[in-house]
Amino acid sequence: MGKHVVAAAADLPQGSRKRIEAEGRVIAVFNVRGEYFAINDRCPHEGGSLCTGRLSALTVSKVPGSYEWTREDEFIRCPWHGWEFDLRTGRSVCDPKTMRVRLYDVHVEHGEELVAEKTLVAETFPVRVEDDYVVIEI
Amino acid sequence: MPLASEDKSIDCPIDCPIDCDVHPTVPGMMALLPYLDPHWQEQVTDRGILSLDSIAYPPNLDFTVRRDLRAKGLDLAGMQDAVFGRWGAGQAILNCIYGVQMVHNADMGVAFTRALNDWIKAQWLDRDPRLAASIVLPMQDTPACLEELDRLGSNRQFVQALVLANGEEPYGKRQYWPIWEKLEKLNLPLGIHAGSSYHNPVTTLGWTNYYIEDYAAQTFGFQAQLANLVTEGVFVKYPQLKVVLIESGVTWLPGFIWRLAKFWRGVRREVPWVDRPPGDIIRDNVRMTIQPLDAPDEANALQKAIDQIQSEDFLLYASDYPHLRFEGDDVMPPNIPDSLHRKIMIDNPRATYKRLADMQTDLVGVR
Ligand code: FES
Repeated sequence: MGKHVVAAAADLPQGSRKRIEAEGRVIAVFNVRGEYFAINDRCPHEGGSLCTGRLSALTVSKVPGSYEWTREDEFIRCPWHGWEFDLRTGRSVCDPKTMRVRLYDVHVEHGEELVAEKTLVAETFPVRVEDDYVVIEI
Repeated sequence: MPLASEDKSIDCPIDCPIDCDVHPTVPGMMALLPYLDPHWQEQVTDRGILSLDSIAYPPNLDFTVRRDLRAKGLDLAGMQDAVFGRWGAGQAILNCIYGVQMVHNADMGVAFTRALNDWIKAQWLDRDPRLAASIVLPMQDTPACLEELDRLGSNRQFVQALVLANGEEPYGKRQYWPIWEKLEKLNLPLGIHAGSSYHNPVTTLGWTNYYIEDYAAQTFGFQAQLANLVTEGVFVKYPQLKVVLIESGVTWLPGFIWRLAKFWRGVRREVPWVDRPPGDIIRDNVRMTIQPLDAPDEANALQKAIDQIQSEDFLLYASDYPHLRFEGDDVMPPNIPDSLHRKIMIDNPRATYKRLADMQTDLVGVR
């Protein structure tokens, strides 16, 4: 349990993603239009790496033949069999009740705060007071 | 009917089995002549159209008509003797399979179909209050289907509309939606029966030579129709519409649902209106008759398929008179679990064909 600095914010710009390991877990971190999302990298279906999947919108439809494009890039599509997962809830679109991927709390913190805190675990690179960092809580 | 005699909670006619697939035999085009207008009467006689038989159900084959039933005669009396007498049904639904769907000339097809429906009403329905029937739809022409439903749909003796598993186009296509809309309004299920208009080959590979292939291939037609109805969103648009697969076989369904559901999970974006697993939709909107089952004979062999379909409301009792489905008088196949007999014979048909309940009330009144 703890905080993990997984990247310098500058290294995870908008539209990018990163596969990281912390406490033995493999986690996929996404920056979607400045918002960060972190999920288990392993697809709950058969284990495809979600970090290598395609971000997509959710097309919804009220009647057959209508297509409404919503929530662009807020879903990750597994590269293996195409199941979609909501980055906000971790729930799959096809079976939201029982098939979901674990979410992690992720945010950006300033280096100064991080250095002041003594709770950091397993840093793999130096934290500088003047930069921002992406932090995951496990 | 072992159940009717052994289980005292079942008391005719209210608590008798409902036979959901009985075939009246059309003796030939001459029988339909009185129901055609003069123009079509002349066409039939001038062209010498004697019958509309196809490769399906070769009329003299013992498989098409059981020997003992043929000997009794295939008229109303013969049917009553078997279905209501020996087999103990309290009500029966007539599904008339006659080659009207094969006719290419849409006007002729519509005229023949109307005549067929009128013949069913006059020669069968009006002569026995225990009988209900399907309105045969002239699928050559969508507006004509609507007219036929306007003409007959409010007659409570008709409890279903009937099409063949293999028609001109898949039934989920939007040109057919006005028909499904009307059926939903009228509270009439759509019955899809084995058979073909033979406007397309029965297999996607092309035409085959033998009757055995033709009959076995019906399953593919049912599967394609089911997939098409689901993916085109017919049940999203018309959620109350019930579809009954008649003489479709049963045991292919779990595997097919599995396949459809699996692919839906991965590519459902293409059909976003299908917003729940296809199996759930099929369970809510589709039913099947029990003859044939396509399952081994041993007791309870069907339990697994029923478990996989995850519904006990799914199967409807049917003798498939006069086709050869079983010897003797045990309509209920031995491989169906006993615990389901009542549901299959009575509760499920009643829930599917709401209009039968009204007819039952009338029957009791008569008694
Ligand atoms: S492994 Fe992800 S969808 Fe199958």
